[in-house]
Amino acid sequence: MRGWFLPLAVAFGFIFLYAPIVSLVVFSFNESRLVTVWGGFSTRWYGELLRDRQILGSAWISLQVAFASATLATVIGTLGAFVLTRFSSFTGRLLLTGMITAPLVMPEVITGLSLLLLFVSMELTLGWPAGRGLTTIIIAHTTFCAAFVAVIAQSRLRSMDESLEEAARDLGAGPVRVFFDVTLPVIAPALVAGWLLAFTLSLDDLVIASFVSGPGASTLPMVIFSKVRLGVSPDINALATIIIGFVLVAVLIAGWLMRRALRKGG
Amino acid sequence: MSQPAIAADTKPWRREGATPFISVRGVTKQFGDFTAVADVDLEIYKSELFCLLGESGCGKSTLLRMLAGFEQATSGTITIDGEDMARVPPDRRPTNMMFQSYALFPHMTVEKNVAYGLLREGLKKSVAYERAAEMLRMVKLEKLARRRPDQLSGGQRQRVALARALVKRPKLLLLDEPLGALDKKLREETQFELIKIQETLGVTFIVVTHDQDEAMTLATRIGVMKDGKIEQIGEPREIYETPNSRFVADFIGSVNLFEGKVDAVAPDMMRIETYELGPVLLPPQAGLTLGQQVWGAVRPERFAISRSKPENTPNTWQGVVEEMGYIGHMSQYRIRLSNGVLIRASQSNRLRDEDPISWDEKVWISVQPSAFRVLTR
Repeated sequence: MRGWFLPLAVAFGFIFLYAPIVSLVVFSFNESRLVTVWGGFSTRWYGELLRDRQILGSAWISLQVAFASATLATVIGTLGAFVLTRFSSFTGRLLLTGMITAPLVMPEVITGLSLLLLFVSMELTLGWPAGRGLTTIIIAHTTFCAAFVAVIAQSRLRSMDESLEEAARDLGAGPVRVFFDVTLPVIAPALVAGWLLAFTLSLDDLVIASFVSGPGASTLPMVIFSKVRLGVSPDINALATIIIGFVLVAVLIAGWLMRRALRKGG
Repeated sequence: MSQPAIAADTKPWRREGATPFISVRGVTKQFGDFTAVADVDLEIYKSELFCLLGESGCGKSTLLRMLAGFEQATSGTITIDGEDMARVPPDRRPTNMMFQSYALFPHMTVEKNVAYGLLREGLKKSVAYERAAEMLRMVKLEKLARRRPDQLSGGQRQRVALARALVKRPKLLLLDEPLGALDKKLREETQFELIKIQETLGVTFIVVTHDQDEAMTLATRIGVMKDGKIEQIGEPREIYETPNSRFVADFIGSVNLFEGKVDAVAPDMMRIETYELGPVLLPPQAGLTLGQQVWGAVRPERFAISRSKPENTPNTWQGVVEEMGYIGHMSQYRIRLSNGVLIRASQSNRLRDEDPISWDEKVWISVQPSAFRVLTR
């Protein structure tokens, strides 16, 4: 029983996970305009993609948004996690504990809508942010990505030997010094992982971005989604293949960094 | 750096009016409803190697952490070298601590770990690394200066932790179970090395340990703790020979306890009527009244075991060897007296070709009157 069951289960697992992706990659090299009919090998859709200003522009916007919001989310999430793990009692601790993870469970539609309402009323009362666009998307993504970073950073901070921080304190470092000299380097691998996760989440998000974006600031998922509604065109396959390639490389690098950090005994 | 203490001053706690270097007065620490340290008074003198001994959860680590500044006392005062420590944060205290987990910074090399404290003092890089190297030479690790902590063995890590804690020349070094993570052989070697380093530098050490052998070997004085209180403070010999309670007698080494009442008091002799042994004769002890409930404590090695009835000893009983354990340098016995009482006795095996007393033999046990310690609690 065990002889054939295990390999079969593994095979099914792989097919289930990767068959759609493989077919997408294969069809990105399809000569034919019809997405489901093989018409011979070609790279023409890649060429077409590079001439598509709309897609390139939105890809650039998406990367900017992802980079900025992942970075901001890492800073905010780490600070939140640090406060929650290292300060035992302060006013509003319970509220912060609950709120920092709220975006994880909140339906995206609600997050998007509430942020949209916030931005509109802020514009009316404060005059900032003027209209919706890049800034509002970055703020919105930072909000929900920070929650993910906070969860990762919190678990790392909890598992970290606190006597390391006490030792630095004991040797004459003030609290801020201790954070930058000891805490930050020790939890750095987790923060890199958190940043990468935030980056991917931001790159991936369609719903929240649709709510808070304005004219002239469409992210890549928004453009793809609007194109697909008019029928799937093969250049989307090509785009998807490139994204898969990027993600694969990023994941491999992240995994390698984490493994090395673990070996170093972080 | 102070000179090693001169002979006359090696036991300042025995001298009336000596000024303590560290004094802990009425210190209490509460965590919510739980009292970890309860109204502790402690005076420690310069260049002492003081051991806080107790089971886990007795408050010894909390007391140490209050000295280091990681915990604030709920009430009471701690002064080090005449300076009140109440408002001094850990990074400003003249103390350094060696952690149980060693707490070496994993992302720094050995020499960076050791130099870290000196750099925080604002020393120039070259000076700091020079002094770190000097300290590493002292703990015989100069060859491993460029390694990271995870490339070291447990014993090497322990030395790095010690070097890092000593390099700032603290007035007081706090050591939390310094040898706890080492195996038995290495622990014994390291004990003596620790004493040597302490004597060379003249730094005052406070060591927290649950290991009584370690405390007995290392300490100039021991403070035995229980439930947040200090039960007894004394030199190792005092703690062992004149414990002040059944707890201390039982905690340090093993002991036979016999409950009884003071039966008769004469100028040169006292008699206790015990439940287990009947009347026992021993030297008089001050502060006891007729009819008072007391416990007689005898260490196992103070019993003499023989096949024939010993002469000239008042406290003699007959029994049968029920258990016998040969350890090598000594043998342990459990002897059942005719009234059913079990006595723990031991004998050192001084002769190689001795015919050892063994299981089921009928024996006589006797004990000198002076071997008894009378306890009132």
